[in-house]
Amino acid sequence: MSNIPSDLKYAKSHEWVRVSGDTATVGITDHAQHELTDVVFVELPEVGKKVKAGEACAVVESVKTASDVYSPVSGEVVENNKAVVDNPALVNSEPYAGGWFYKVKLSQPADLNSLLSAEQYKAQIGG
Amino acid sequence: MKRTPLFAAHQRLGGKLIEFGGWEMPVHYTSIVDEHLVVRQRAGLFDISHMGEILVEGPGAESFLNQTLTNDIRKLTPGVGQYTLMCNERGGVIDDLYAYRLAPQNYLLIVNASRIDVDAAWLERQCAAFGPGVKLRNASEQMGAVAVQGPLVREFIDQCFPGPSAGGTPVQQASQLAKNQIGKFPFEGERIWVSRTGYTGEDGFEVVAPANLIEAVWDKVLKLGQGHALKPTGLGARDTLRTEMCYPLYGHELDENTTPIEAGVGFFVALDKGAFVGKSVLEQQKAKGVSKKLVAFKMTEKSAPPRPQYAMWSSGPNGSKLGEVVSGTQSPSLGVGIGLGYVPPEFSKAQTPVEIEIRGRRAPAIVVPKPIYRKTS
Repeated sequence: MSNIPSDLKYAKSHEWVRVSGDTATVGITDHAQHELTDVVFVELPEVGKKVKAGEACAVVESVKTASDVYSPVSGEVVENNKAVVDNPALVNSEPYAGGWFYKVKLSQPADLNSLLSAEQYKAQIGG
Repeated sequence: MKRTPLFAAHQRLGGKLIEFGGWEMPVHYTSIVDEHLVVRQRAGLFDISHMGEILVEGPGAESFLNQTLTNDIRKLTPGVGQYTLMCNERGGVIDDLYAYRLAPQNYLLIVNASRIDVDAAWLERQCAAFGPGVKLRNASEQMGAVAVQGPLVREFIDQCFPGPSAGGTPVQQASQLAKNQIGKFPFEGERIWVSRTGYTGEDGFEVVAPANLIEAVWDKVLKLGQGHALKPTGLGARDTLRTEMCYPLYGHELDENTTPIEAGVGFFVALDKGAFVGKSVLEQQKAKGVSKKLVAFKMTEKSAPPRPQYAMWSSGPNGSKLGEVVSGTQSPSLGVGIGLGYVPPEFSKAQTPVEIEIRGRRAPAIVVPKPIYRKTS
C-alpha cells in the first residue's frame, strides 16, 4: 500500500510536487521508489538549469534498473538535494522528505493545473 | 509466458514477477539487496524450475557426452557432477551446463532455461551421428528444481531431506555430500535428487524433483529454514550474487560466437580427453591466444552502476573503444559498481585502468581479479 500524501500534486510519470509560493519541490513517489527498490544512484539537474514540464531532467538508478525522472513543472532549478546524491537510499526510506530531488522557481504556474491530485494518482496506480 | 509449478507460491509470497528468458519469474520478494545479503549471511531459497533437465542414458552415454561436451566426463563416478560446456564446431558456446552421473549409464544435464529447445535439438543431431547405444529424454516439463543457498543451509538441510541416500553418492545425510556430489533421497514416498552445488558462491544445495512434488519441497524448506532466517530469494539476487562471483550467464558472457577460452572458463575444457565438438578451435586458442577476453572490473569513483552493452574504453583522453560490458550492477556486498566485459587481451591484466561509458560520459574503473567478491571469514 503506497503512501500518497494528500497535500501534494502528482505527475503520471510518478513524480510529486510540493508548492510553496512560486517555488516547487520535486521528488519521486513512494510507489515509484517501491517499484525501483534499492536506489543506488541519483543524478540531479544543476542549479540554474531551466527545466521544462514533461522533459527528462534527472536520473535515478536502482540495482535493478535505470530510470529517467521527468520534470512535472517548468522553471529554473534553484536548489538540488546534495544529501540524496550522497545517500541515494533516502529515496527509498523517505521519498517525500529527505529524498526530495530539486526545487524549481516556477515559470509557468499553470503547469500545476495539469497535474494529478492525490486521489487521481491513487486511482492511476490502482492503489 | 511460461510459468513454473511454483508460480502460485511466488504470488502468495508477494514476489515481484518479471519476464526472464520467456518465463514469468520473481525478480525479488522484498528487494534485491535484502535478498542478496540474506544469501551471503544466512540462507535463501530460489525457484530454478525454469532450468532444463535432459536425461542421457545407455551403454554409449559416457562416450557420447565426452564427444559432445568440453569437460572430461570420464572423471565422473556415479553420484558426482561437473560444470561443462557444449560447443559448436567453431568453438562457440551452445550452452553451459551441469552434467551429473546419476548411475553408471545414466546422466542428468541441467541446462539454461533459454536454451532448452536449442540444446535438445543439438543433442538429438549429435546423437543421430553418434549411432546406437544412447537414449535422450528432455524431462524439463516434468521436473522442477530449487536452490537452497547460504552459510546456514547445512544446519537444516538434513531435516528437509532425511537420509540415508538411496542412489547417487552413498551418504547418511545430505549434509555429508561434498561439493559437486549428488544423492537420491526419499521424499513423500518418492525420490528426489539433492546436490551440493549452486550459483551464488555460498555453500548450498540444489534439489531436482518431479514437477508435482516441487511445491511440497519448496514449502518444507521454507518452513524448516525459517528458524535459520531463510527467506525466499528472487532472480535479481541470483544475478548480483553470480556477478560478484564472475560466474557466466548464457546470453551475457556466453553465446554461439564466444568460446570458453575467451570467456575464461578454459579450466572446464579438457583438451587431453580425445575428440569433441569444437576442439580444434579451442586447442588453437589455448596455444596461440585469443582476440577478446572476459575481464572483471570495479568502478573506482562514484558513478551510476555499469550495465550490459555499455561501451568500455581504454583510459585517458585518447582512449580507444575496447569492447562492451556484458554484465554489470551495483555490488550489494561491496557497495560499488562492478561488471564483466570483453576487451583485447592486452587490457585484461588486473589493475589495468579502463573507462565505462555511462549515458555519454566515461567513468573510471579498474580491471580486478576474479572473483570480484571473496568471502573474508
